[in-house]
Amino acid sequence: MASHAPLAHDAETARRNARVGLMAFAGALFMLGLGYAAVPLYEMFCRVTGFGGTTQVASASDAARAEALASGERISIRFDASTASDMPWTFRPSQATDTITIGQRDIATYVARNNSPLPITGTATFNVEPEQAGKYFNKIQCFCFTEQTLAPGQEVTMPVLYYVDPAMLEDENMKGVEQITLSYTFHRTKDPVTLASAGTD
Amino acid sequence: MATTAEGFDIHHDDHAHDHADHKPGFFARWFMSTNHKDIGTMYLIFAIIAGIVGGAISGIMRLELAEPGIQYLQWWAQFMGGGNDLNTALHMWNVFITAHGLIMVFFMVMPAMIGGFGNWFVPLMIGAPDMAFPRMNNVSFWLTVAGFFSLLFSLFVPGGSGPGAGTGWTVYAPLSTSGSVGPAVDFAIFSLHLSGAGSILGATNFITTIFNMRAPGMTLHKMPLFVWSVLVTAFLLLLALPVLAAAITMLLTDRNFGTTFFDPAGGGDPVLYQHLFWFFGHPEVYIMILPGFGMISQIVATFSRKPVFGYLGMAYAMVAIGVVGFIVWAHHMYTVGLDVNTKMYFTAATMVIAVPTGVKIFSWIATMWGGSLEFKSPMVWSLGFIFLFTVGGVTGVVLANGGIDDNLHDTYYVVAHFHYVLSMGAVFSMFAGFYYWFPKMSGRMHSELLSHIHFWTFFIGVNVIFFPQHFLGMQGMPRRYPDYPEAYTFWHEISTYGYYIMAGSMIFFFVNILYALAAGKKAEANPWGEGATTLEWTLPSPPPYHQFETLPVITDSMDYHDHRPATA
Repeated sequence: MASHAPLAHDAETARRNARVGLMAFAGALFMLGLGYAAVPLYEMFCRVTGFGGTTQVASASDAARAEALASGERISIRFDASTASDMPWTFRPSQATDTITIGQRDIATYVARNNSPLPITGTATFNVEPEQAGKYFNKIQCFCFTEQTLAPGQEVTMPVLYYVDPAMLEDENMKGVEQITLSYTFHRTKDPVTLASAGTD
Repeated sequence: MATTAEGFDIHHDDHAHDHADHKPGFFARWFMSTNHKDIGTMYLIFAIIAGIVGGAISGIMRLELAEPGIQYLQWWAQFMGGGNDLNTALHMWNVFITAHGLIMVFFMVMPAMIGGFGNWFVPLMIGAPDMAFPRMNNVSFWLTVAGFFSLLFSLFVPGGSGPGAGTGWTVYAPLSTSGSVGPAVDFAIFSLHLSGAGSILGATNFITTIFNMRAPGMTLHKMPLFVWSVLVTAFLLLLALPVLAAAITMLLTDRNFGTTFFDPAGGGDPVLYQHLFWFFGHPEVYIMILPGFGMISQIVATFSRKPVFGYLGMAYAMVAIGVVGFIVWAHHMYTVGLDVNTKMYFTAATMVIAVPTGVKIFSWIATMWGGSLEFKSPMVWSLGFIFLFTVGGVTGVVLANGGIDDNLHDTYYVVAHFHYVLSMGAVFSMFAGFYYWFPKMSGRMHSELLSHIHFWTFFIGVNVIFFPQHFLGMQGMPRRYPDYPEAYTFWHEISTYGYYIMAGSMIFFFVNILYALAAGKKAEANPWGEGATTLEWTLPSPPPYHQFETLPVITDSMDYHDHRPATA
């Protein structure tokens, strides 16, 4: 063999190894944290961008501004309702479709009835189709914002106050969209534990 | 004295003469091992055992799929302690596909590539006496073994409509949460936790070893490409596995503690699980193939008697594959309802990966071009790898298209694609590496004849299994079903014949190992001739128990491709 250096596995190497090892391990822990951070971040991402048909929440003043921009074009809205398999409610829209003026606020109602002999609390999840319409579909008031509790046999009519943002007319991804379907699914609210980070809206 | 033991030099104590070769007693050596070569050997043996189990399960599946209808599943359901009804039988099918996938990914390919060859040859190739954290190395190995037992244990406890976890290796919610009652899925998830922890520790160890323990003069740009490949793989493991750990921990709490990360009833989203899983899962497929890339580079250069073409391009192509591998995950989930722009991005990003991969294929061919080629067993396996991996890569480019994938998603086309890159790509590279380094590891030469027969029968077998699956997929045969309409019978039957050929070819592999250990010629320090220029070939075969007690020095005059001392 040509030339040899002395054995390098000494205290100095051990110290450097410990440093690099810890840095690598910290990197792994950071990614673990990022995995959990993905839960609220994903929820936030969907809410902000309307990704996957997530609808927007608007204030009354937003609605007034949108109304000012309304150009009189109309669009059809279809209403859809369903329940999770363990949910003993009947849940349906009062109207199958509605044609509204883009920008103008409108009200739609859904009817829910508790068919079980027990009081039941439910939460509605929601989205719209086509998915790119999510960021233009604004709700001012909605029964889906809060939990709903129905007494045994109770039937309620629940309103959604909404408007479609006129900005959709300028979006080429929305070209050819003549109807937006608004869909709700009622789930039985899980008992006490709901992690805040799971984003119960 | 057992001849196999002699082959691995276990009972060496009676004629120990050299301090470097002093070995501890049997229990201390193999159960409390801190020696990278011993741990590497254990990983390889473990991977072979897991491979036999995983391969046997695929045999059960091919047998069932040989003709339409349910033939054997009810028997298996009863055998595993479930009921005799069709539901349990169908659940049994899900259990088989799950076990096959998890075993092959986490307990066969990863332990063999990273734990086995990585442990054995990274320290040797960079001129280090051992890994940076030898004890942690031992912990990694036994965590992996414990994970394997946790997965096997899950087969014998209830998992919904029968025993075992029937979720697929992807463990998608809600099938894995509200859809699978019973502890089986918990044990399967725990198995992933254990083996994942083992892999993260292993990755930390490799990163530290490669950054800190290189011999004097062994700069990063002089490292053998296999070491580069393990370095990139270790980074992928370190960044991807914790995300899987987070996702499956959320599954566990959703299952057992009432959280709703993936349950819409509590505001969660099952699609989020898929994002998290594939954020891990796509880098994972590169984790399984990158060390293979590294091995192929060593082997092709050795048997072409030429330095590898475009060394830096080869090294940084692997880095590029690793980086881009993190931003393409959603091409596994085109059908969850991504909008057209998202699909467009993921399609384009996925296709970009074909560029560095193309650089690698091109460079391997260019390495051979004008070389003095010798078709020894490692080389034929490498050539098989290059060809078959390219076939798998081409179907990958097809599947990368969001629009085409809408049609092919979850069909046998996908099954054929990932088996071409894994059960042919990764597995061929492992056999190539095995035949390349077996003489170095054991000190015995294997039979070239048997290795060549093994290669040709295996090559024919796996192609007969998987090529027809492209046709099945294009005709609409979905993945993960034990039964199908009669129209699919022909190609399924052919595919099953292929399995028989492949299984038969494995006999040559095992006979070859036994032959080599029992009667193989003693291997020289470098049995492959002047093309083998990395440091492991400067040591005797097998290397002394402790090598490089004085470190080798790589001088400036030595290029990246030749680490042999000048006087040799």
